[in-house]
Amino acid sequence: MTSELIPNTEPQAAASKWREPPSDLPFFAGLGILAAFYVLLIMAMLAADVSFAAAEWRKALASLLTEEIKYAIWLSLISCSITTVLSLWVATPVGYLMSRTNFPGKALVDAILDIPIFLPPLVIGLSLLILFRQTPLRYLDDRFPIALHIPAVIIAQFSVASAFAVRTLRTTFDEISPRREQVALTLGCSRSQAFWLVVLPESWRGLLTAATLAWARSLGEFGPILVFAGSTRTKTEVLPVSVHLELSIGNIEGAVGISLLMVVVALIVLVVVRLLAGSERVARS
Amino acid sequence: MIETRNLVVRNGEFTVQDANLRIAGGKYGVLMGKTGSGKTTLLEAICGLKRVVSGSIIVGEREVATLKPGARGIGLVPQDGALFPMLTVKEHLEFALRVRGWSAADQQRRVDELSALLQIESLLKRKPHQLSGGERQRVALGRALSFRPATLCLDEPLSALDDDTRHEMVELLKRVQRETGVTALHVTHNRSEAETLADVKLHIVAGEVMQVEKFPAPHIPLAR
Repeated sequence: MTSELIPNTEPQAAASKWREPPSDLPFFAGLGILAAFYVLLIMAMLAADVSFAAAEWRKALASLLTEEIKYAIWLSLISCSITTVLSLWVATPVGYLMSRTNFPGKALVDAILDIPIFLPPLVIGLSLLILFRQTPLRYLDDRFPIALHIPAVIIAQFSVASAFAVRTLRTTFDEISPRREQVALTLGCSRSQAFWLVVLPESWRGLLTAATLAWARSLGEFGPILVFAGSTRTKTEVLPVSVHLELSIGNIEGAVGISLLMVVVALIVLVVVRLLAGSERVARS
Repeated sequence: MIETRNLVVRNGEFTVQDANLRIAGGKYGVLMGKTGSGKTTLLEAICGLKRVVSGSIIVGEREVATLKPGARGIGLVPQDGALFPMLTVKEHLEFALRVRGWSAADQQRRVDELSALLQIESLLKRKPHQLSGGERQRVALGRALSFRPATLCLDEPLSALDDDTRHEMVELLKRVQRETGVTALHVTHNRSEAETLADVKLHIVAGEVMQVEKFPAPHIPLAR
């Protein structure tokens, strides 16, 4: 086809045929500059926190040692862990169903599962608050206090974190070839046995990623908790709420101290997970 | 024996139409066809992994078209082995036996038999990522034979192997099939594989099966 469009007899065409393609340098330079800009932004944010807290370290540390913040630390750790377990418990079957089955209305269900990711966090909190003021949940709420109490913290975290866990696990199951499951079926497994014996052990890395993501999302969750669980000190105060409360009374040093604590916890989780996943990958290769 | 009568299987837009094939008990059938000709679809239907639109599938003396895969008594060796990454070779050989509730002693005896038959005694503690391509296919074959199925389905089991290993595996398949007396249906697009292995040669073109050579079906006592 080329020879029809550009006859070989034209000297220009003959010359351009052997022309070297332009340098790749500008392309990679462009990519590098944009990437560096974003990485530097992240690092600069963290560095600013650290330098600010270092200058005011006595005040920052003092805020971390108050009874209110100690309470918030414990409530955050416990509620995030409970939320993570609940999220995996729900996200695993949902992710598996979405990955392996076809049913009428699947596209709709798929879209619904993404709603918590796209919805503004405050709206999620407000929706939960309204939901628990309506029968039959209002009946439940009247007997076992949920809204504006600790269960509301977990429900608010769960509503958002699960959506991320579902997404992660669905991708995990999509990447696991159904062939191995099929072999298990021919070997005498039921679908359930094939899932427990073959699919689940193979998806441990996805489960770990989903758990980390759910935990980290829950740790940072603020909007839905503020609206649905409130911001009562030593009651429904988790760390992001503490940052908000400290800022609202003008204690910026305290707010930065708490933020840095969350940064450290998040980094520890990130590093541990990377190491776990990395060592397995090295072992496999 | 493996037999299909007027079998219709749909795979998306593609249909295997009125497939009729017959491999007598203890014989090695090779089904040849180009990529996209429907050979894997047909194999999956026989194993119970694709739903059948109409027609019948007879394995041994039983009609199995509506049975679950595990109830059909067919061992499957897929193209890339499809080994379970978290299990050791020994656990692969035990997998079906555990699911089927064999005693520990019976499992051990079967593992010993299979590892000797397939010459994988030294690999029992390894995991799939520590095996070569040929070793993987040996393990996949052992796993498929473990629960003593009378029928074996092999989906291009040698396509990912180098020539030397392939030659070795062809010899092994022949020997194993002779020693176990299993009825085999082997799907491939490799002509020399077919020539060496086949008692019965079948071709599939655009979803239509043609039985090229029929062999008389002598009674072969099953060595089990």
